[in-house]
Amino acid sequence: MNGESVVFWVSGTFAIVGALGMVASKKAVHSALWVAFAMINIAVLYFALEAPFLGTTQIIVYTGAIMMLFLFVLMIVGVDSSDSLLETIKGQRLLAGLFALTFGGVVVASISSTLASPSAGLAYANAGYGGHMQAIAGLVFGTYLFAFEVLSALLITAALGAMVLAHNERWSPRKTQDQMQRERTLSNHVTPLPAPGVLARNNSVDTPALLPDGTTSIESLPTAFRGEGQVTKAAEIDEAAK
Amino acid sequence: MFHAEAQGDLGIFGNDPGAVIAVKVLGIFVIMVLMTLLTIWAERRVVGRMQMRIGPNRVGPFGLLQSLMDGIKLALKEEIIPKGAHLAVYIIAPVIAATTAFLTFAVIPLGPEVSIFGTTTPLQLTDFPVSVLYILAIASVGIYGIVLAGWSSGSIYPLLGGLRSSAQMISYEIAMGLSFVAVFLYAQSMSTSQIVAAQEPMWYIVLLLPSFIIYTTAMVGETNRAPFDLPEAEGELVGGFHTEYSSLKFALFFLAEYVNMVTVSALATTLFLGGWRAPWPISLWDQANVGWWPMLWFFGKVFAFIFVFIWLRGTLPRLRYDQFMKFGWKVLIPVSIVWILIVAIARYLRSTGGLESRNLLFVASAVLILVVVISYVLDLRRKKSDEIEAERQAIAADQEFDPFVGGFPVPPMPGQVAQPSRRTKVTISSGASAQSTLETTEGTNV
Repeated sequence: MNGESVVFWVSGTFAIVGALGMVASKKAVHSALWVAFAMINIAVLYFALEAPFLGTTQIIVYTGAIMMLFLFVLMIVGVDSSDSLLETIKGQRLLAGLFALTFGGVVVASISSTLASPSAGLAYANAGYGGHMQAIAGLVFGTYLFAFEVLSALLITAALGAMVLAHNERWSPRKTQDQMQRERTLSNHVTPLPAPGVLARNNSVDTPALLPDGTTSIESLPTAFRGEGQVTKAAEIDEAAK
Repeated sequence: MFHAEAQGDLGIFGNDPGAVIAVKVLGIFVIMVLMTLLTIWAERRVVGRMQMRIGPNRVGPFGLLQSLMDGIKLALKEEIIPKGAHLAVYIIAPVIAATTAFLTFAVIPLGPEVSIFGTTTPLQLTDFPVSVLYILAIASVGIYGIVLAGWSSGSIYPLLGGLRSSAQMISYEIAMGLSFVAVFLYAQSMSTSQIVAAQEPMWYIVLLLPSFIIYTTAMVGETNRAPFDLPEAEGELVGGFHTEYSSLKFALFFLAEYVNMVTVSALATTLFLGGWRAPWPISLWDQANVGWWPMLWFFGKVFAFIFVFIWLRGTLPRLRYDQFMKFGWKVLIPVSIVWILIVAIARYLRSTGGLESRNLLFVASAVLILVVVISYVLDLRRKKSDEIEAERQAIAADQEFDPFVGGFPVPPMPGQVAQPSRRTKVTISSGASAQSTLETTEGTNV
């Protein structure tokens, strides 16, 4: 067993474990982590196949950017949300199994057809370019330039579409730091407003702070709580304290 | 493994006997740990001097052993794991952060070929055609350490810190990657040793100054150091992603931060300051770039960068988060793209022999001036659009605000005044009496 086959069996196994883990884990974040793990192992396989450029790009693009964005969204959506295992689309499992079988069949068929003929080897693929990096560059920016540009136009359109969909028009111009500073200086309160009261029995936001003379400070409350009947009165606090 | 593609002098890598590889790996590890201890000490002493105090000077000569003692103290501290933590991820996160920090140094050239145990070998663990991209890849895996630490703590501040850091490091990694492109174009290689070799006639800091400035800005953002240390902004987020970590796990994050500092400094040295090559007055000495001496020049340059890191921390206040992101996306990235365009045009003209190198500068400055003019014109137009906005507001102000246009609750158009909310109809008269502090008035909109 040479070094390459050791790397193949170890990383290949890990990649499959990662893929299975992604399907099996209940938490979305764990699934994303398993995918990242599988991606890194696939990158190691690229390295072993003398394609370090593909390997590093695989990690930078898929692990570093795409999976990170996934994680980002999952974290914003919910720290603890786990998927429900209820079947919502009728016959989904059956269809999924059917598609999986078809896909597996296609993959096995194509791989076995390649195995049947002798492989041309890396030297043949890189011939005339001087290295696999140059070969990729030659193909992308030479032979397949048009397809590449069409793809990039598609991606830019998608990005623009996402920006338009997520665009939120401001109703008024944003206050600058200078304006905010001016407003604060001209208001009655240059310092931050007092915090809500923290007393022996009450520390919720509807408890106003007590001033030195025993009265309550209404400014210590959020504006939503400043209405009549929504505030704990000093006397009530006094009462509760007794 | 990469012999098939070895171009130029990359063939000297990957032929070492096992013992030499082991010595190199151990050497790099020891150097990184020692550099960390030294950097922490230097930071405390230098910041101390900048703040007109002495800094740690009790343990060992000049207080040099202070960080070692702190490390031992940290390791012996009680470890607290929060109840809500996702245990497996919580334990893996600091390991990812620390491991990836060390991995990067494998491709940094510390010197030319030397003799170790009678074997002639380069002072670099390994190198391959895309080693700078490898550094980027490892850095992007390193982000996982921080993000997962934030998430797995099961607590809000670390989560926010983790989110911030992932957004920050992804954005600044783009600017960082773009700053490499000009170097690649000039060195015609992505391997670190060949980039150093290509800088023999002239360092890239002279040739590619904008790239250098972009890289140094991005590297501070990438390492989460002041003034870009928003993921652990103590004024806003307590400690950010490592709030819930203690003892050795916290030590690992600390270690990772300082190792990363050393690594990005080493990369800056390699890409822009000629790597291990001696600076000018020393380079006149013909033994300057031979044998073990270059390691000294290399670490001298790295320490210069680390000093700048410390200097920044001692000088600048932390940026506001939105301004920081705006700076990354709206300034750094466009500027680097324009700069790459200029460099690419210059390289192309030079390779086709179209222009003298002096004329290239004129082309470059013409392009830059064009960019400035275009941005100025755009600015003028934008002022116009402000006026249009003012007109629109004036028109809208004439129409009375109907909060239920078309049967749905809608917000007021610009210039229109909304009905005052019942909740805000309060004048503040605190201190009058305990019972009657709330008085409602008519129509005032606070």
